[in-house]
Amino acid sequence: MSQEDLLKKKFDELKKKKKCGFISFITAGDPDFNTSYKILEKLPESGVDIIELGMPFSDPMADGPVIQKANDRAIKNKMNLKKTFGLIKKFRKKNKITPLVLMGYYNPIHKFGIKNFINQINKNKVNGVIVVDLPPEEDNELCLPIMKNKIHFIKLATPTTDKNRFKKIIKNSSGFIYYVSITGITGANYKSNMNLEGEIKNLKKLTKLPIAVGFGIKNKKDVKKLSRNADAVVVGSSIIKKIEEALKKKYNKIKLTNYVLSYIRNLSSSL
Amino acid sequence: MKRNTYKSVPDISGHFGKYGGRFVAETLVPLILEVEKAYKKIKKKKEFIKEFKKYLRDYVGRPSPLYYAENLTKKLKGPKIYFKRDELNHTGAHKINNTLGQILLAKKMMKKRIIAETGAGQHGVATATVCALFNLPCTIYMGEVDYKRQMPNVFRMRLLGANVEKVKSGSRTLKDAMNEALRDWVTNVKDTFYIIGSVAGPHPYPEMVRDFQSVIGDEAKDQIKKAEGKLPDFLIACVGGGSNAMGLFYPFLNDRNVKMIAVEAAGEGLNKKHAASIAKGQLGVLHGSKTYILQDKDGQIIEPHSISAGLDYPGIGPEHAWLKDTKRVKYVSVTDKEALEAFQLCTKIEGIIPALEPSHALAYLIKKARKIPKNKIIIMNMCGRGDKDIFTVAKKLKINI
Repeated sequence: MSQEDLLKKKFDELKKKKKCGFISFITAGDPDFNTSYKILEKLPESGVDIIELGMPFSDPMADGPVIQKANDRAIKNKMNLKKTFGLIKKFRKKNKITPLVLMGYYNPIHKFGIKNFINQINKNKVNGVIVVDLPPEEDNELCLPIMKNKIHFIKLATPTTDKNRFKKIIKNSSGFIYYVSITGITGANYKSNMNLEGEIKNLKKLTKLPIAVGFGIKNKKDVKKLSRNADAVVVGSSIIKKIEEALKKKYNKIKLTNYVLSYIRNLSSSL
Repeated sequence: MKRNTYKSVPDISGHFGKYGGRFVAETLVPLILEVEKAYKKIKKKKEFIKEFKKYLRDYVGRPSPLYYAENLTKKLKGPKIYFKRDELNHTGAHKINNTLGQILLAKKMMKKRIIAETGAGQHGVATATVCALFNLPCTIYMGEVDYKRQMPNVFRMRLLGANVEKVKSGSRTLKDAMNEALRDWVTNVKDTFYIIGSVAGPHPYPEMVRDFQSVIGDEAKDQIKKAEGKLPDFLIACVGGGSNAMGLFYPFLNDRNVKMIAVEAAGEGLNKKHAASIAKGQLGVLHGSKTYILQDKDGQIIEPHSISAGLDYPGIGPEHAWLKDTKRVKYVSVTDKEALEAFQLCTKIEGIIPALEPSHALAYLIKKARKIPKNKIIIMNMCGRGDKDIFTVAKKLKINI
């Protein structure tokens, strides 16, 4: 029996409430395993609808400096894919309802082994996977095996994606579409894209999948503005920036956790 | 129909067997598809070939000579050694063959800005040079570690008008420079062309760079036929990403009697720090293609090491990975120390200061020459000159200059 589709359930629920979902991104093991667990377990009660958990990689080509450093911190503290699943296992012991998707780059997954990866996903009730460097051209690698196992494979679309390309993207994708709001790396300024609203509207004509918008969304104002059109917003760099700030201020683990979570509560409350 | 076994790759999806492909962020895919389309369209056009050849001849100084290294041959008492002298090219290395080809393509595609990564700085200089020639602004990404060990090239790039960005992320070498260039490209997709310097990256780059560098092998083939009346018995070249080796080897791939040897950087030794992706790497995905990569048990990329900045890369071009599997090319490695000795020997007895990169090929040749009969012929690709390396060498030899 395949696992319960928490992601679909969540989006249906949001739709009923006419609410835009809030997706938070943190890197697994940043700054260390225990602290990142403390943040993770409190995300749902801080207003997070869907959890995006980053799988650390040494060379995150699509990420800006903030997330690069988060990856470095996690790797320095010996975080890897095996321990990432350990983290999720711990989380799932207490929480069986919040959808959780993994996001990252292909090489660590490839090294871990596709079969092993899918087994761990099923075992730990991960609901979906986003792999930045696996476009539709490479669907045979991971996307098709994942979808065969009834796990969502979430693809990215960007402002460089035209209509035909988008059709190709949605062919093998499920869960939701991750719309990258800008041409750029994570943490950049999304305001530079003046056509965003129109772009989202156009995509909605082509797919029934929910559309989550991410990259460069930094504050309450951004979140609120996007919620008019998107089914969900993704916030990553600006949350991780809070971890960086707390570390600079030499906060202890409890204070760091509270500092980050109160920022997330503040953002999610605007929806 | 005669099947052209070794020249049938990449396939339509950019794969060399199981290697290669297009592993990039979605933002870049429409762009690399556009590059592929444009390249396919122009590569057979007479007018493009004519223009490319004209610049290679009048600006780069091609054909580069094929030189019979008599002193070295006599000293080693082995096969007849020829150097393919790509170090005599304008800007001092083979890199300019490719940057010239790519900038002509970028111009045809109406791109307004050029970016590139560089390790040793040779590709950066070659890119900055063609950007000066064609009056296009360019930004060169260079790891901080390389920046410090290749200061003369940093200054040359600046003189040529390039904006040189010091990359401080990760291991601060070539791979990080490439990450940063990709980040720039993702941000400036519309107007920017990324000139990749090796037979690496997403399709069509490995194919395109190989094609532009094939001029090396094409010339060498003609020249050796004229000089010796036959094809060589061996080709030998160093490999980091592998562009000079691909350039020399490719035109000979279907000449089954020509043996080919590619020499990786074994750094401090294969059980210590090195840059030998074929010898010690495992299958993985980095910078847009699937190939052999130096990585740890978790799939994190390992910081490579070589005395030569140009070989200091944790991966290898996908076509090399394929040529290794098919056993068409033999992959070996030599250490920093061996390369340094070869550097000194060549300088003293031939009066040619080789770059530290081809010094690796030279070191292997010196080691093996005694075992090869005198009637055999070897062509070694002298792909760069060593002026840029004199500071590194002086430091290693503990000499103050």
